[in-house]
Amino acid sequence: MSQMKSPKRMAGFFIKGTLLTGIILGILFWGGFNWTLAMTNTEQFCISCHEMEENVYQELQETVHWSNRTGVRATCPDCHVPKDWTHKIIRKIQASNEIYHKLLGTIDTPEKFESKRLELALHEWKRMKDSDSRECRNCHNFGSMDLEKQEERSAERHDPHVWEVQDGKEPTKTCIDCHKGIAHNLPEGWEEAAKKAGLQD
Amino acid sequence: MKKALLVTIVGAFILFQAPLASSEEKVSSLRGDHELDKPAKPIKRKKQKKSGDGIERNWKLQPPSIPHSVEKDRVNLKYNTCLKCHAKANAEKEKAPAVSDSHFVTRDMKVLEKLSPRRYFCRQCHTPQADVKPLVKNTFKSNDIELNNLLIEKTK
Repeated sequence: MSQMKSPKRMAGFFIKGTLLTGIILGILFWGGFNWTLAMTNTEQFCISCHEMEENVYQELQETVHWSNRTGVRATCPDCHVPKDWTHKIIRKIQASNEIYHKLLGTIDTPEKFESKRLELALHEWKRMKDSDSRECRNCHNFGSMDLEKQEERSAERHDPHVWEVQDGKEPTKTCIDCHKGIAHNLPEGWEEAAKKAGLQD
Repeated sequence: MKKALLVTIVGAFILFQAPLASSEEKVSSLRGDHELDKPAKPIKRKKQKKSGDGIERNWKLQPPSIPHSVEKDRVNLKYNTCLKCHAKANAEKEKAPAVSDSHFVTRDMKVLEKLSPRRYFCRQCHTPQADVKPLVKNTFKSNDIELNNLLIEKTK
């Protein structure tokens, strides 16, 4: 009898074992989850698909978001993935649709991509408009705009919104309302389509 | 015999010395006195002329110059970003000069609804300007005033 452990001791072992396994698994899963999130949030991951590498990544390289006076540049996720956790997870779940279309090969040639460009662009413009251009505003802010340093025409256009912000009001326009096609090529017939979708006045 | 030797020595001296002396002279190439193995001189950048009110034309029918930055503008088969502001439909709202009627006419004088293809590539005629010294001297003078005066005289 002395070799058998008492039921009380057995229960103690069981609880401790479960806790320890739980903690270890928790660390592994949570760590793995975060690692996957971070890994899929890099430009290198985005352009590991030729659909991105051959089309939009090449176009980006001709723009000011790739090369400019001060050497600051934006990577794919800076504009296309929200920074804060909630919105990031929502976007990531939506993006699982992209895996499905990758398997289908929906845009696996430049021709297919080109014929889908307008639809894809409209999706992205709508997303930006709905979030009040949240990803643009991670870097660009009406409050930090020095109109003196802008070209006369730009300053004139930004001026009313800078004052709206100064007065504590919501700006009546959001970045994407005017700044479309700044990092990638515009689709053919974009203006009419955007006006029809209520994304451009 | 002595004389012949002297001539040979002097001759040889002249023959060999002459190219030696000239090789020490500095040859100035089009590149200037810049050593081949030295890094190139930095380029002097020219600042673009920008103005809110446009740049004055030098003669009546000159295509107006571009007084604003155009580095982000793209003109290709699919779209023309200049038209974001300069298309007739957007010009008033954007306070930009609209594309003139002449740009809707083909070379066969057919009037089109859309911009004529031969006028699609804006920067073939409309160009940004910089304040630079002309590379070639020219004495161009607009004769607009003289032409005008001539017209006035004829109509009198």
